[in-house]
Amino acid sequence: MAAVRVERSTRESRWFAAFLVLMLLVLVALPYWGDPGDMRLVAEMAYYLALAQLWNLLAGYAGLVSVGQQAFVGLGAYTLFYLTSQFDMHPLLAVAAAGLFTGVVAPPLALLVFRLRGAYFAVGTWVVAETLALGMSLVEAVGAGSGMSLTPAIMVKIAPDRAGRDLVIYWLALAIAVGICAVVYLMLRSRLGLALTAIRDSEPASESLGVDTFRTKLLVYIVTAACTGVVGALIFLQKLRLSPDSGFSVNDWTVVVIFMVVIGGIGTFEGPFVGMLIYFGLRELLADYGTWYLILLGVVAVAIMLKAQDGIWGLIAKRFDLHLFPVRRRLTR
Amino acid sequence: MQWLNILLQGAMLGGLYALFAVGLSLAFGIMRMVNIAHGDLIVLSAYLALMVVNATGLPALATVVIVVPVMFVLGYALQRGLLNLTLSGGLLPPLLVTFGISVIIENALLEAFGADIQRLHAGTIETASLALGGIAVGVYPILVFVTAVAALAVLQVVFYRTALGRAFRATSDDAGTAELMGVDNRHLYAVAMAIAMIFTALAGVLMAVRTTFDPAAGPIRLIFAFEAVIIGGLGSLWGTLLGGMVLGIAQAVGAALSPTWQILAGHLAFLLILMIRPSGFFPRTRD
Repeated sequence: MAAVRVERSTRESRWFAAFLVLMLLVLVALPYWGDPGDMRLVAEMAYYLALAQLWNLLAGYAGLVSVGQQAFVGLGAYTLFYLTSQFDMHPLLAVAAAGLFTGVVAPPLALLVFRLRGAYFAVGTWVVAETLALGMSLVEAVGAGSGMSLTPAIMVKIAPDRAGRDLVIYWLALAIAVGICAVVYLMLRSRLGLALTAIRDSEPASESLGVDTFRTKLLVYIVTAACTGVVGALIFLQKLRLSPDSGFSVNDWTVVVIFMVVIGGIGTFEGPFVGMLIYFGLRELLADYGTWYLILLGVVAVAIMLKAQDGIWGLIAKRFDLHLFPVRRRLTR
Repeated sequence: MQWLNILLQGAMLGGLYALFAVGLSLAFGIMRMVNIAHGDLIVLSAYLALMVVNATGLPALATVVIVVPVMFVLGYALQRGLLNLTLSGGLLPPLLVTFGISVIIENALLEAFGADIQRLHAGTIETASLALGGIAVGVYPILVFVTAVAALAVLQVVFYRTALGRAFRATSDDAGTAELMGVDNRHLYAVAMAIAMIFTALAGVLMAVRTTFDPAAGPIRLIFAFEAVIIGGLGSLWGTLLGGMVLGIAQAVGAALSPTWQILAGHLAFLLILMIRPSGFFPRTRD
C-alpha cells in the first residue's frame, strides 16, 4: 500500500505565503515611496478587508447573516471619541478600549437578536443598529445629532505633526488588518473552525455530531463584534469626524462589505481578499458614474448568487484546485 | 383626552404599517423567504404613482388603478424569473439576491428622479377631519385604516374560502407534498408574490399622500413592516394589523414626547416585545 500522508499546506500556498510577506513589506514601506493619497487608499483597503473577513466569518461560516455590523463600527468609533474627549485617554489606547467595549456589549445584544432566525435575524440586527444610531443622536456628551470631532489637542498625543500622525495611523491600519486576518485564519484552522465549517455546510448535521451550535455562534458573534469595534475606532481615527449617520451607516459599513464578500466568494478565507480588490478596482474605474456603479455592483452580486454561489474565488479554486490559505487537511500520496 | 387622541392617531397609522407588513408576511408564510427589497418596492410604487400623476393628471389616489396592476405583473415576473431560482439553496441566496435588488431599485430611483423629497397631494381629503366625541380624527388616516382592514378581510376570504387559498396553505405547510398533489409551486409562488405586490402598491400610494418620500426611504419601510410582522406574530394576518397598531401607537406616544423620539420609540417597543414575547402576539407559522 502506498504511503498516504495528511497535508494541509500545498506548494502553491507556501509560495503564496512568501509572496504575501513580501507584499506586506512593500506596503509597510509605502510611506517612503508613495504619496499620502496612496497611503489613505491602502489604509481604506486594509480596514475594508478586515470588515469583509469579519462579516464572512459571521455570515459565511457561522450562518449569522447580519445587516447590522455598522452597530459595532459606530459603537467602537463613539467609544474612541468619548474616551479621548472626556477622559483624556490616549487615542491608541482608546482604539483598544473600543474593541473591549463592543465585545462586552455584544452578549446582551446577542441574547436579543438570537431570538430571530435566518433572514429575520438579518433585519433584527439592522433594527438594533438603527436604534443605537437614534439613541446616540440624543446623547449630548457626544454631540447629539450633529456629532463631534477629534480635536488637535487629542491628536497631538499620537505624534506632534500631521505627517507623523498619518504614518502612525497608516501602520496601525495595516497592523489591525493583518491582525484580524490572522485571528480569523487561526480560528478557522482550530477546532472551532472545524465546528464552524460543519455549521456552514449543514447546521442540523453539525448539531447531530455534537457541535454546540449556539455556543459556537455566540462566540463568533462576540469576537466579530470586538474586532469590528476596533476597526470602527480606527476608521474614525482617520476620518477625525463622527456623527450618528456616518458611524452607523448601513451602506458604508455593511452593504459594501456584503457585496465584497459575495462577489469574492462567501464561506472561503480567500473570498474577502478577492472581493475587496474587485470592489476597489470597480470603484476606481467607475468613480465618475456615481450611482451606476452601485447598480452594477448589485447586478453582479445578484448574478453571482444565482450562477456561482461560491463567488469569483470559488470558480478559481474549483478550476485550478488552488488553496492559497489552506484551512482543511487533505490526503495525498 | 390628549392621550386618547394620541392613541387613536397611532392606531390609525398602524393601518398603514399593516399594509406595509402584509406583503412581507405573505412572502415569508408561503415561500419562507424574507424580501429585503420589500421597502424599496413600496417606495417604487410611490414613484410609479408620482409618474402617473405627472403624465396623466389623474388624482393621486386614483393612480391605484394603474399602479396596482403594474406591481402585480412585476411581482409575478420578479418571482417567476428571478426569486424562484434562489429558493432551493438555503438561506443565503434569497436574502442576498433581494438585498442586491434593494440596492438596484434605490439607486435606479436616485438616477431617474434625483434625491429630492417628493410628495403626492390628494386635495381636501388630506386635511378633512371628523369630530368623534371631542377628538378630531383625520378623514385620510381613517380611510387608510379602513383600506387596511378591508384588504386583510379580502385576503382572509381568499385564504380560507378559495381553491387558491387552499393551495397557499398546503404549500406553506409542506411544499413538497403540495407539489405531489398537483400544485405547480413555481406558478403558485409567483401568484403569491403578485398578490403581495397588490398590498405593496396600495401601501406605496397611500404612503405617498401621507408622508414625504425619497429614493432612500425604502429600508426604513422594510424595518417598519418587519417590526409589525414580528410584534403580531409570524404568519398571522390579523396579528399583522395588531402589530402595525402597536408600532403606530408606540411611535405616536414617542412623537408626543419629542419629535426626535418618534422612530426610536417604535424600535424600543419592538425590542421590548422581542425580549418578553419573542414569537409575537399571534404566532402561527413556524420558521
